[in-house]
Amino acid sequence: METLNFRFEQGQRPIAPPARLVGVVSSGNLEVLIEPAALGGACDVEVHTAALGFGGIWQAVMNDFHARWGLADVRIAINDMGATPAVVSLRLDQAVESALAGNPI
Amino acid sequence: MKSYLEATARARIEAVFDGGSFREFMPPASRVISPHLAQLDAPVSFDDGVAVGAARLGGMKVFAAAQEGGFMGGAVGEVHGAKLVGMLRSAVQHRAEAVVLLLESGGVRLHEANAGLIAVSEVMRAVLDTRAAGIPVLALIGGSNGCFGGMGIVARCANVVIMSDEARLGMSGPEVIETASGVEDFDSQDRALVWRTTGGKHRTMMGDSATLVDDDAAAFRQAAIDAIAHCKAQPVQLTLAALEAEQQMLADRLERFGDADDALDIWTALGVPDAQQLPLLDATSFMRLAATHRAGGGQ
Repeated sequence: METLNFRFEQGQRPIAPPARLVGVVSSGNLEVLIEPAALGGACDVEVHTAALGFGGIWQAVMNDFHARWGLADVRIAINDMGATPAVVSLRLDQAVESALAGNPI
Repeated sequence: MKSYLEATARARIEAVFDGGSFREFMPPASRVISPHLAQLDAPVSFDDGVAVGAARLGGMKVFAAAQEGGFMGGAVGEVHGAKLVGMLRSAVQHRAEAVVLLLESGGVRLHEANAGLIAVSEVMRAVLDTRAAGIPVLALIGGSNGCFGGMGIVARCANVVIMSDEARLGMSGPEVIETASGVEDFDSQDRALVWRTTGGKHRTMMGDSATLVDDDAAAFRQAAIDAIAHCKAQPVQLTLAALEAEQQMLADRLERFGDADDALDIWTALGVPDAQQLPLLDATSFMRLAATHRAGGGQ
């Protein structure tokens, strides 16, 4: 397993509680836990991934994610089992959309 | 119609129980994860593969659990099992009207060895304690991983089992049986054979499952509501008499069908006309047939 941390400062978009979970930790898939947290306007992402050595690609996916949403005071935690970058992006969007729409799942 | 098979554990909860009524105990944000998997440097899940909590079902106060088949095949580890046990004990404490288990599991999580085995046996005890407190326990089975190993036993400790055609219920899975008995005895690649032997229709014909429903979350929901009403009309605790009757039923089953090579032979012996066609029936037609042809069961 490899742990990667990303932090994006000065976001614009907060989310409301409660915490939400999307996705499942299964092969080629991942779960994303998203919750509000007092981070001084930052968005913090911690990734636990079973695929080693893909830090550069995660960085690129996260940069794009931040450019799309610009989240503020949000903590995201990911358990990944080898999801492709496209799947990661879709799950991240699903997590944000469920948080913004107030959906329970 | 919303497929139960395709849904995740959490989506099943939303579809089976009254909308928005589920209150989760130890939700993912509490991050109670498996210490064993972390030690093995294996992927973990924030809910350890099971969601437990309280919900409403047709207005009734029920307690519930849903196993996520996608995470390690729904296998039961120490935390996963402890969550199930805690929910069952809480159901007794808070006088739930029923407990509804949405099961999907290959059994014990082998990574966790004895801790997983003990966890599953504690779940069995907790199910029987819940019944002893007068609270009916239902097992709904409709996921692609089926319900096997220790969780197969847990399902049969429940008052009522409800399955879809796609669901499977058993002790050893097909690969295990093939490995132990030889491919001539049981070819795990023969999907029709696997479903004839452990699938929802055969389990219902044998009386192991009370009801067969279509792969539809609303059908599971309605069957669960009906089953709770049925349970309320009779004692729900396990009695010595019920156990002896179950033992007798199994002895009779072995006596009557022990020489059968295939479930088809059993269905034919039960008087099912054109048994070959049975796997093709929809749930409604099947239940009509089962009403007059199924073998006696404990339910």
